[in-house]
Amino acid sequence: MPQREETNAVRHFRANLVWITALLVIWAFVSFGCGILLAPWLNQFMLPGTQYPLGFWFAQQGSIYVFVVLIVVYVIAMNRLDRRFGVEEAE
Amino acid sequence: MDVQAWTFLIVGVTFALYIGIAIATRARSTGEFYVAGKGVSPLANGMATAADWMSAASFISMAGIIAFAGMDGSVYLMGWTGGYVLLALLLAPYLRKFGKFTVPDFMGDRYYSQIARIVAVICAIFISFTYIAGQMRGVGVVFSRFLEVDINLGVVIGMGLVFFYAVLGGMKGITYTQVAQYCILIFAYTIPAFFLAFMVTGNPIPQVALGGTDADGVGLLAKLDGMLGDLGFKSYTDYHKSPLDIVCITAALMLGTAGLPHVIIRFFTVKRVKDARSSAGWALLFIAILYTTAPAIAVFARTNMLATVPSVSYTDAPKWVSTWEDTGLIAWRDRNDDGVIQHGPGAPFVGKKPVFLEGEQRGEHGERLLANEPIAGPGNELYVDRDIMVLANPEISGLPDWVIALVAAGGLAAALSTAAGLLMVISSAVSHDLVKRVISPSISERGELRVARVAAAVAVVCAGLLGIWPPDYVAAVVAFAFGLAASSFFPAIFLGIFWKRFNMPGAVIGMLVGIGFTTWYILEFKFLGGTSEGWWWGISPEGIGSIGMLLNFAVAIPIALLTAPPPDDVQKMVEDIRIPGSS
Repeated sequence: MPQREETNAVRHFRANLVWITALLVIWAFVSFGCGILLAPWLNQFMLPGTQYPLGFWFAQQGSIYVFVVLIVVYVIAMNRLDRRFGVEEAE
Repeated sequence: MDVQAWTFLIVGVTFALYIGIAIATRARSTGEFYVAGKGVSPLANGMATAADWMSAASFISMAGIIAFAGMDGSVYLMGWTGGYVLLALLLAPYLRKFGKFTVPDFMGDRYYSQIARIVAVICAIFISFTYIAGQMRGVGVVFSRFLEVDINLGVVIGMGLVFFYAVLGGMKGITYTQVAQYCILIFAYTIPAFFLAFMVTGNPIPQVALGGTDADGVGLLAKLDGMLGDLGFKSYTDYHKSPLDIVCITAALMLGTAGLPHVIIRFFTVKRVKDARSSAGWALLFIAILYTTAPAIAVFARTNMLATVPSVSYTDAPKWVSTWEDTGLIAWRDRNDDGVIQHGPGAPFVGKKPVFLEGEQRGEHGERLLANEPIAGPGNELYVDRDIMVLANPEISGLPDWVIALVAAGGLAAALSTAAGLLMVISSAVSHDLVKRVISPSISERGELRVARVAAAVAVVCAGLLGIWPPDYVAAVVAFAFGLAASSFFPAIFLGIFWKRFNMPGAVIGMLVGIGFTTWYILEFKFLGGTSEGWWWGISPEGIGSIGMLLNFAVAIPIALLTAPPPDDVQKMVEDIRIPGSS
């Protein structure tokens, strides 16, 4: 049994790394990408339905909303991974 | 009731509340004192973290800084929120699983070395003192502005209060007072913003109103850009600093946020690993409420100011101009002697802050006279302190007196909650990391608890003294705190979790290189007279922590590869902290 459990821990960690990488790519894209480097270009557009220049919106509003969503997604994903690989904490 | 009576009432009630909570939740063991017995719910920890994190500067100064910096101010908004994503994904759950009390605990155990532990203790104490001086000063400033109490007496009152609940309650007392403080500060911040948003656009949600239109159907941001352009200012919605500098500052603030010990230790207080993840989410949500409101307040306040003040004669200016001139946050020097307030880019006089002549001397229009050296010729005549954007907002928009009083209580809550969190770091670094883990491992639990309380008490007094006699470089050293956290704690903790092979020589030398480089750069360009022409690739000292972190990685990784891997039990520990349960 110890052999299989160890594999589960390793597989859990590998799946975790995939989630972390994917979410951090989005994290960097909305902040460093849309909020900073692409912001001057995005500013020619408006956020649909509002008077927000799009680059400005990402820099001062949008990126923050996305950050919150990223953590929520990670929490849900990890709770599922913990159960799938049987590595949850004892209550 | 007038504003002052309201302020005394509301501030008095909130202080009584904090003291009541402290008595009800006092700590009886070291576990309760350091980490609140690891029994805090994720929601409560989220609120406590948000209050811990949002300081006097976030509450009082940030909206004003953004109002004047415009798009360049985005570095603070993204930097001070984006770090929570790093915390939730890369640090908090693993440190919670590690299950000890402090950040130096992790450094000492993971790198099996007292040197690593002591470097971490020194960094933690330095970072926390850097921060705390500003908080105690903030308490004094709020007292003096709203209650006409002397600044130093205000600092002493704040000290007394923090002393009471931090020394008595430890982390447990602090956690639940921080929950109450969050509720008060967020209420105090958003209520005036709702009123303002409704007045300006007819929609009470500030985040929606900011992207809305005024009564004439003109977009608010386009209108502000137009007004600024007419007065000769740079546009509001475009960056004016170099993209590389903006990226580096944002990254340094994010990495620094994730590496700040007073934020990290909050995640030691929850019950389970999954709670550490979800409470990071709650914390960011609660922080985001203030951080997305701030840019709206910034735009409303700047627009309002530009619409009512420039090119108006001083005697016809709105009443708040002279009210806040009396407190020294506004100053006017009539450079062309026409009695009209000219406003535009550039300084109104020589020097950063106005120095008023002794004895309330007034000019021919009734303005307070200044001792600052004049600047010849016409130009900008108006000095506006950035703090006014939050402090004076309720008054500028004619809100009821109790709202103004609430802002005072909110500012105090923000300053006190952050000060308390920082005190915990200092106290536990001394009693736990130095005394228990290095100097006298055989100390009993009761003895350690006593040392912790004494350390907290001494730290409160030191913090108070720093608040009464603030070193004039407080603002400059905050860059230091973030730079150090980004270039030392973040890489060492991150590699310690995600790279099992990472070892003591790599960690210690990497930290020393990161700290050394960052310290040198900040000293050179903040204190030793280096000018912005000398900045490497145009990176300002605020952003250099990012480069310090890259250097840390660049040195630490090859050294770790060339030296022996860590002992088996340490590798086993790393495997263990990567999963929530046991394997």
